[in-house]
Amino acid sequence: MKEVVKKIESPNNFVLRLFVAGASANSARAISNIKSVCELYLKDRYNLEIIDVYQQPLIAKEEQLIALPLLIKKNPLPGSRLVGDMSDLKKVLKGLGINEDI
Amino acid sequence: MDFNEKNKLNLGLLPKTPTGILGLDDITGGGLPKGRPTLICGGTGSGKTLMSLEFIVNGATKYDEPGVFMAFEEKAEELIMNVASLGFDLAALVESKKVSLDYVYIDPNAIEETGQYDLEGVFIRLGYAIDQIGAKRVVLDTVENLFSDLTNETTIRAELRRLFQWLKEKGVTAIITGEKGDKLLTRRGLEEYVSDCVIFLDHRIINKISTRLLRIVKYRGSTHGTNEYPFLIDSDGISVLPITSLNMDNVASSERISTGITGLDSMLGGQGFFRGSSILISGTAGTGKTNIAATFASSICDKGEKCIYFSFEESANQLIRNMTSIGLDLQKHIDADLLEIITSRPTMFGLEMHLVDMHKKISEIKPKAVIIDPITNLVTVGSVNDVKAMLIRLIDFLQKEQITVLFTALTINNSVTEQTYEVISSLVDAWLLVRDIEFNGERNRGVCVMKSRGMKHSNQIREFIITDDGLDLVEVYLGSDGVLTGSAREAQILKELTGDVLKGYQKTRKDREISRKKQILDATILTLKAKFESAEEELNRTYTEELLTRDIQEKNRKEITHIRGSSPKKNNEDNEPNIET
Repeated sequence: MKEVVKKIESPNNFVLRLFVAGASANSARAISNIKSVCELYLKDRYNLEIIDVYQQPLIAKEEQLIALPLLIKKNPLPGSRLVGDMSDLKKVLKGLGINEDI
Repeated sequence: MDFNEKNKLNLGLLPKTPTGILGLDDITGGGLPKGRPTLICGGTGSGKTLMSLEFIVNGATKYDEPGVFMAFEEKAEELIMNVASLGFDLAALVESKKVSLDYVYIDPNAIEETGQYDLEGVFIRLGYAIDQIGAKRVVLDTVENLFSDLTNETTIRAELRRLFQWLKEKGVTAIITGEKGDKLLTRRGLEEYVSDCVIFLDHRIINKISTRLLRIVKYRGSTHGTNEYPFLIDSDGISVLPITSLNMDNVASSERISTGITGLDSMLGGQGFFRGSSILISGTAGTGKTNIAATFASSICDKGEKCIYFSFEESANQLIRNMTSIGLDLQKHIDADLLEIITSRPTMFGLEMHLVDMHKKISEIKPKAVIIDPITNLVTVGSVNDVKAMLIRLIDFLQKEQITVLFTALTINNSVTEQTYEVISSLVDAWLLVRDIEFNGERNRGVCVMKSRGMKHSNQIREFIITDDGLDLVEVYLGSDGVLTGSAREAQILKELTGDVLKGYQKTRKDREISRKKQILDATILTLKAKFESAEEELNRTYTEELLTRDIQEKNRKEITHIRGSSPKKNNEDNEPNIET
């Protein structure tokens, strides 16, 4: 369950990692929500990595994972962390630092 | 302990996991409920983290049960450093895969909540750590911190409930710590979810002195001690003090041990105290209580037995120096590892703490005798009743171990003391009272045995003198002026000596008189004898003369008769006197 969408690296390119816990309802919702947000607001300038923590339990400690699903924005800076199923669009956009008007 | 016996019965019902914490397993009857979560709650700095960490370390080192420590407050490196001071080498345990440390951290400022979530991350991390080292023990140190990091309380509650259930299913013995709340035991009411065993730690300040206390609020399916038990955190970790007088079946030894003072021994039936008994020496300031105590300690060490001297007044060096003035060399006993002088300020910690501390030291050193000098200083820390309660426990413990204990008690005023210390004196087996005897412009010391259970003892007040060579007791003089001590006693001795000389002189004079009288008598007897002899001689002479006279007269008469009537031829034959009988 690893899906990588590669785009050209640039300062404006969004590098996102979504950590999910297996095929739980929250995970499934989060994946579909973030994908639609990316497609809608960040078309062609994002890099989304979806990681199932069950498959890589060590990463949970490394990334200080507690609440899942968790989305980590690595780029552009400043980084940020978003938890939940990404259903609250306003908060997702705010967390990602995307201006809604764009 | 009584609990251990009960525990044997309980084992069939509820398996337990020993904590390895000194005393805690006694109170809980064997440890924490095996395979279930236990809640340890308490205020800041009450020792929650330390207690749970000791549980993990002991599991790894003593019981071969690896453990996972999940910290929500302190970083792993900080934890390792914090417990290093207690002698726990956490880093080595982590290295050898006996312990797994995981620091869980969330920065609430850098997180945005965008909908529903769960704490699956914690489950995954914990599950992974447990499986990696085969953990049997788990600690979640202040899991409540999640509440401040995440805002969705309903979710967290549901998730924690699920977490504890999951831990039970995993079969690990878990400790969850929680901060003390205002009304509830914990701030977030964690006790609702963890219902098997709840331990409450308290850190109380009474009279400006802090005491750590532990109480088992709840222990489902097991008997447990219900009291508040004091506990101590020192360089060896936590020790809980469970000693309460449960039974009174202590052994009573009839072995006697010397007090180190010959005169005092003779007051106590000639042999001194019973082994394992408790002795109180009370007296006003400067009456030599410490001297008696130190002499006793020294005599114990002379026999090659160990002794602990708890001094609450003088430092060890001070005590050693002061005792050299009475010819007591304590240093050599310390060098020989027989004597241990432990000094602490009474106000350093609470009464219970002192008790725990003493308990620990005694268990460690295993002495034959213990001296506490003076117990009255402890009253500054607690009330007389508290001190009594503490002493009951201490005496109980010491008697069980057959350790002789000697307390000294400072009394302020002779008449009041005997009242105030009734509470304490009723506990002890022997009570010596050292008192001032003021007389003749001097202050002298008198010692008497107020009580001494189970032995014939003197009812006399003896004068107690401190010399360069130690302590000694002398008979006091009871004269028409009352008890005589010090120079008055010396004067009395001199007076009596004078009397003796005079009497001796008189005696010899009388002897001479008698011998003279005898001489006179003898002389008189001689004279009388001589007189008698001369009288006898005289009488004899008269008698012979009379006899002769009569013979001659008879003869003459016969002669005349003869001449007149018979023939003259027969003259020759009859010439000789013829005495007829």
